[in-house]
Amino acid sequence: MEKLVEVIDIKKHFPVRSGLLGKKQSVKAVDGVNFHIAKGEVLSLVGESGCGKSTTGRLVVRLLPLTGGRVIFDGADITDISEPNMRPKRKDMQMIFQDPYSSLNPRMKVKRLVSEPLLVHTDMDEAARHKRVEELLEVVGLPRGSINKYPHEFSGGQRQRIGIARAISVNPKLIVADEPVSALDVSVQSQVLNLLQDLQKDLGLTYLFISHNLSVVEHISDRICVMYLGKIAEVATRDQLYENPMHPYTKALLSAVPIPDPSKKRRRIILKGDIPSPVNPPAGCNFHTRCHECMDVCKHEPPQPKDVGNGHIVACHHHLC
Amino acid sequence: MQNEKVLELTNLRTQFITKDSTSTAVNGVSYHIKRGEVLGLVGESGCGKSVTALSIMRLFRDTPGRITGGAVMFGGRNITEISEREMAKIRGKEIAMIFQEPMSSLNPTMKIGKQLTEVILKHRHISVREAKELALDMLRQVGIPRAEQLMNEFPHQLSGGMNQRVMIAMGMSLNPSVLIADEPTTALDVTIQAQILELMKSINEEHGMSILLITHDLGVVAEMCHRVVVMYAGRVVEEADVHSLFAKPLHPYTHGLIDSTPVIGARIERLKSIRGNVPSLDNMPEGCVFGPRCDSFEDRCGREEPPVFHIEQQGVLRKCRCWTAESQSVGKD
Amino acid sequence: MENFKNTPFGEFLKKFLRRKTAVVALAFILAMFFVAIFGMQIAPYDPREFDYGNILQSPNADNIFGTDEFGRDIFSRVLVGTRLTLSVSLTAVTFAMVFGTILGLVSGYLGGIFDNIFMRICDVMFAFPDIILAIAIVAVLGPGLQNVIIAVAVFGVPTFARIMRGAMLSLKQSLYVEAARSIGVSSFRIIFVHIFPGAFSTMIVNYTMRIGTAVLAAASLSFLGLGASPTEEEWGAMLSIGRNYLGVAPHAVLFPGLAILLTVLAFNLLGDGLRDALDPKYK
Repeated sequence: MEKLVEVIDIKKHFPVRSGLLGKKQSVKAVDGVNFHIAKGEVLSLVGESGCGKSTTGRLVVRLLPLTGGRVIFDGADITDISEPNMRPKRKDMQMIFQDPYSSLNPRMKVKRLVSEPLLVHTDMDEAARHKRVEELLEVVGLPRGSINKYPHEFSGGQRQRIGIARAISVNPKLIVADEPVSALDVSVQSQVLNLLQDLQKDLGLTYLFISHNLSVVEHISDRICVMYLGKIAEVATRDQLYENPMHPYTKALLSAVPIPDPSKKRRRIILKGDIPSPVNPPAGCNFHTRCHECMDVCKHEPPQPKDVGNGHIVACHHHLC
Repeated sequence: MQNEKVLELTNLRTQFITKDSTSTAVNGVSYHIKRGEVLGLVGESGCGKSVTALSIMRLFRDTPGRITGGAVMFGGRNITEISEREMAKIRGKEIAMIFQEPMSSLNPTMKIGKQLTEVILKHRHISVREAKELALDMLRQVGIPRAEQLMNEFPHQLSGGMNQRVMIAMGMSLNPSVLIADEPTTALDVTIQAQILELMKSINEEHGMSILLITHDLGVVAEMCHRVVVMYAGRVVEEADVHSLFAKPLHPYTHGLIDSTPVIGARIERLKSIRGNVPSLDNMPEGCVFGPRCDSFEDRCGREEPPVFHIEQQGVLRKCRCWTAESQSVGKD
Repeated sequence: MENFKNTPFGEFLKKFLRRKTAVVALAFILAMFFVAIFGMQIAPYDPREFDYGNILQSPNADNIFGTDEFGRDIFSRVLVGTRLTLSVSLTAVTFAMVFGTILGLVSGYLGGIFDNIFMRICDVMFAFPDIILAIAIVAVLGPGLQNVIIAVAVFGVPTFARIMRGAMLSLKQSLYVEAARSIGVSSFRIIFVHIFPGAFSTMIVNYTMRIGTAVLAAASLSFLGLGASPTEEEWGAMLSIGRNYLGVAPHAVLFPGLAILLTVLAFNLLGDGLRDALDPKYK
C-alpha cells in the first residue's frame, strides 16, 4: 500500500522557564514518534490530555517547526521546506479544528470563509468560486441561504460543517481532524461523524483523526496509534487494538470507557495516580508510575517499539522477549 | 434503598429575565431523588439540566435567573420560599454541589486545608483542631495519597482530578443528604474519570448519600445511576429506571440519543443520528418541542404539546412525554 | 433590512444607539464639524475685527459670550476656533495612529530584537507625562501650530503601537489565524485580512479617546504660548489672553474653557460608547 504520510522519529520540545530566574527546561510534547498513513486510510491518534496528539497533528502539516525527525508527505521530504514554499503544498493537506466557535473568523461571511482556500490556491474567478461554494455547502448539508451568513448565526454542528466545507474545497489529499466532534452534542456528533465518513469514501480522502474518545475512534478508524506522554505506546489496526490490546496503558484506557449499557458489567482496571508532567517524564518506561504490570526493568530501561506481528507495534517490556 | 423522597421538584420553572427578553430555561420540571439513590439527569447542552441544579441551590447570584413557579421540597419545606439566610444553612450542609471545573470553584489564593476547614467551621461548632482533623480525614477518604502535604498546597498545584477529589471531600465533609454533581468528570481524562466515578460510587454505597448526577454522557449514566431523568429543551421527556431506559427507551429523543452514541465493540457501519439541531430557548417549536426532529411526528404533535404520561411496566412506573405513550398510559402529570 | 440586522455593523449600530450619552456626544461632535466647516458663515461678527469702543463687555444681547480686550466677539471666536482645534487634533491623532499602527504591526509580527528595542523606546516615552514630552518637543522644534501637531502626534504613537502590537500578538495565537495558516494563506493576507480587522475596533475606540487628549494638549501648548499666536482663534490662546482679565471679565476665559471641556468630554463619551458597542461581551 502506498504511503501518503510518513513521520520518522519526530520530536517537538517547547522551552519553558519556571519562574523569572528559574532554569530553562523543555516540555517534551512529542518525543520520537514514528508512524505512517497509507493513502485512503483513517489513522487515529488517541491519548489523554498532554500526550502530544494535537502537537503531532500540527507537526505533520508543518504548522509547527520540528525539533527533530523527518516528515515525508506524498513522497517528498517536507521537513526543511521554508514557510513560503510550504504554502502551495498546504493545498493537499487541510485541517479541521476542535472548536468550531473560534476556528472561524467571526467577521467573515460563510462565502468568504469557504472560498478563502480557493482564492489562495486556484485561479478561479469570482463567479466560479461562488458556484463552488454553493456546491460545497450542499455537499456538507448546509442550507442554501447560509452563504451570506456569519458564523455566529449557526449552531456548533453547523459551524463544524462550514469548517469541513472549507477543508475539502481544494480537494486535499490529507485531512488532519483535531478532535472534530469533541465540542459537539451527541446527537450532532453522529451527524458530523457520518459526514466525515461519507466524504472520505466519496472523495478518497486520507484522515489523520485526533481524538480522546475511544468509542468515536473505534467507529471511524482503520488503524490506531495510542500515545502516552509524547511517545507511542501501541500502533495497531482497529481489530487488533480493540480485540487484543497489548500495552497495559491501552488495556486500562479501553476498560475505563463507560459503556452505555447497564446490563454489561466489566472488570475495570483503575489506574493509580495522575498523568505525570511532560517536563519531567518518568525515567525508563514513561508509563511505569501508573502501570499495573510494572516490572523492575521498566523503571530503568525505556522499551523500544516492537512489531509483534502483522504490523501490531507495542512499546512494552512485556512484549519485548 | 428506601423509597423516601429526600428532594422533590414539582413543576419547577426557571426563567432568565432581562430588560429585553425572557427565556424559560426550565419549564415545568418535576422529579425526585430517593434516599441512597443515584439519579441521572441527562440531556444535551441547553436542555436546562444544569439550571435545575442551580435552581435547587438557588445559586443565581449575578445572573438574571429567577425561579418563577413550582416548588423544591426538601426536609418538609419548600426551599424556593425560605429566606436567603436559611438557604445558606442548607447549602453545603444539607445539599452539597460539585461542578465541572473544579479549578474554578476553589479559591485560587487559599490553601486547600484552609478552604476545607473554613467550610466545616461555618456549619459546625467544633474547634479549629477538630475541623482540621476532619478535613484531613475527608481527604484520605477520597483517596488522596499525601493528604497532610496537600493541606498546605494551593489549587493550581494540583491536577484536575485531584482538585475534583478535593471538591468531593469538601462536599462530603458536612455529611449532606444530597450531593449534586454537575458534569463532574467532563473536564477530566478517561482514566481519571474512572477514578472519580469509582469514588462517587463508593460514597453512595458506603454512606448512603443520594447523588444527583448531571451528565451528557450516556456511558456514565449506565455505569452510575439507578434511575434516569432525560431532559430536552427545558422539559422532562422521560423518566425510568436505568435498565428499562436502555433496554427499551420510550421517548423518540431518548431512543435517538442512545442510537447516536458510538459504543465500543458495537462495530456498526453507520451511526444513527437525530436530524436538525436543538431549538434555541427563544424559538421553541409549536406543540411537542421535539416534533421537528422526530421520526414519529404526526399532525397532532405539531399542535398540542403532550403531557407526561405514566406507564407501568412489570410493576415499575415510568414516565414519558410523548403521544405515542398515551395508549399504554395509566395516568399523567 | 432583515439581513442587515445580522451583519456585524447592524449589530454594532443597534448596541450603539442604545447608549444615549454616546449618541448625544456624537450629535455634539457632528455639530462641531458643521461649525468647523461653516464657522465663518455662521459667526455673527468677524472674529478678527477690533472694536475698541466695545472691550471686555459682559455677555449681552449683541455679544452673547461678551467681548475680549480688543472688543472682538468671543462667540464668533469660539465658533471659528472649532476649525483650528479639530484640525490640529485630528491631524495629530491621525498621524499618530498611522505610524503607531504600522510600527505596532511590524513589531508584533517580526518579534525578536526589533520588537524589544522598539518596545523599550515606547516604555521610555510612557514614563514621561504626555504634556511634558510635548513641551520638550516644541521647545526643540520651536513654537507654532505645525510643531504642536508634530508634538501631539509623537506622544500618541506609542499608545497606538502598543495596542496594535497587543492585538497582533493575541490574534496571532487565535485559532482562526492558525486555521488560515493551515489553509496556506500568506502572512501578508493573514495580517491584513484576518488580524487587522480584529484590532480595528480597539483602534477606533482609542482614536476617539485620543482626540480628547489631543484637544487638551494642543490647547495647553497654545496657552503656554508654544502653539497658536495670540491673534489666532485658538481656544487655548484665548484662555491665555483672557486670564489677564480674570477679575473684571471672567467670561473671557469661561467660554473658551467650556468649549475645551465639552469637546474633550464629548470625545471621551463617544469613545466609551463605541467601546461598549464594539465589545461582543456587552449585550
